[in-house]
Amino acid sequence: MEITLNWYLALSAVLFTIGVMGVLFRRNVIVIFMSVELMLNAVNLTLVALSQSMGDVSGQILVFFVMSVAAAEAAVGLAIVIAIFRNKLTVDVSEINLFKY
Amino acid sequence: MVTPFLFFLLAVVAVTAALGMLFSRNPVSSALWLVLNLFCIAGLYLTLNAEFIGIIQVLVYAGAIMVLFLFVIMLLNLSALPTLESLDWKAVAGFVVAMVVLAQLVYMLASGLGALPTTILAEQAAATGDASTIAKELFTRYALPFEVIGVLLLVATIGALMLAKRKPI
Repeated sequence: MEITLNWYLALSAVLFTIGVMGVLFRRNVIVIFMSVELMLNAVNLTLVALSQSMGDVSGQILVFFVMSVAAAEAAVGLAIVIAIFRNKLTVDVSEINLFKY
Repeated sequence: MVTPFLFFLLAVVAVTAALGMLFSRNPVSSALWLVLNLFCIAGLYLTLNAEFIGIIQVLVYAGAIMVLFLFVIMLLNLSALPTLESLDWKAVAGFVVAMVVLAQLVYMLASGLGALPTTILAEQAAATGDASTIAKELFTRYALPFEVIGVLLLVATIGALMLAKRKPI
């Protein structure tokens, strides 16, 4: 059998869903961040597979930019986590509800 | 073009590592499962003949971002926190939402079956995936976004420093 484009798209759909489940289930904010990274990777896999099947390099350029923005997002997000932990001594998102009411 | 054995091996290990990240109690082991998953995705990029993106994946994600995550986890000493999470109606609702997302994605995939070129041609993929082709596009057509992303990374670095400082000005 031959591995076609649809196998890659199905795999990235499964990985994206696992990332969604991580964001919805977990309460540790760092694990939620890691699930967001997993979702970004699933979308990157879709972009690379489509780019390679169509012979167009623009998808891989977009993956390059997504990786750069993910690095910036991880740096700023983890700095916010450190600042919150310094004030509230927790990373549980159900405890961080300052803006809830 | 792709060996099916290699694809299925990488896919199974990637999904297993993602599930391990989802279900492990300790954040450090969560991060290590995610590193394994990122390596598998880099291998999948290599099976797609996208060498540049695969190497960048290992360098940036597994090398830089995950080290940052592990550094913060160990800095905050999270093992002292109670990590017990109970299964309640929120988890059930989250599972339903995630399954709805998966159903939508599978529906999109199934409805686009005829519209997409399914076979991936090896020589075409090898021509688009190497570093010189990407560099040619990146420094001519996408030169301005490339410069903007450099400024964005600088701003993110300074912002992270300002946020994580002990006494903000």
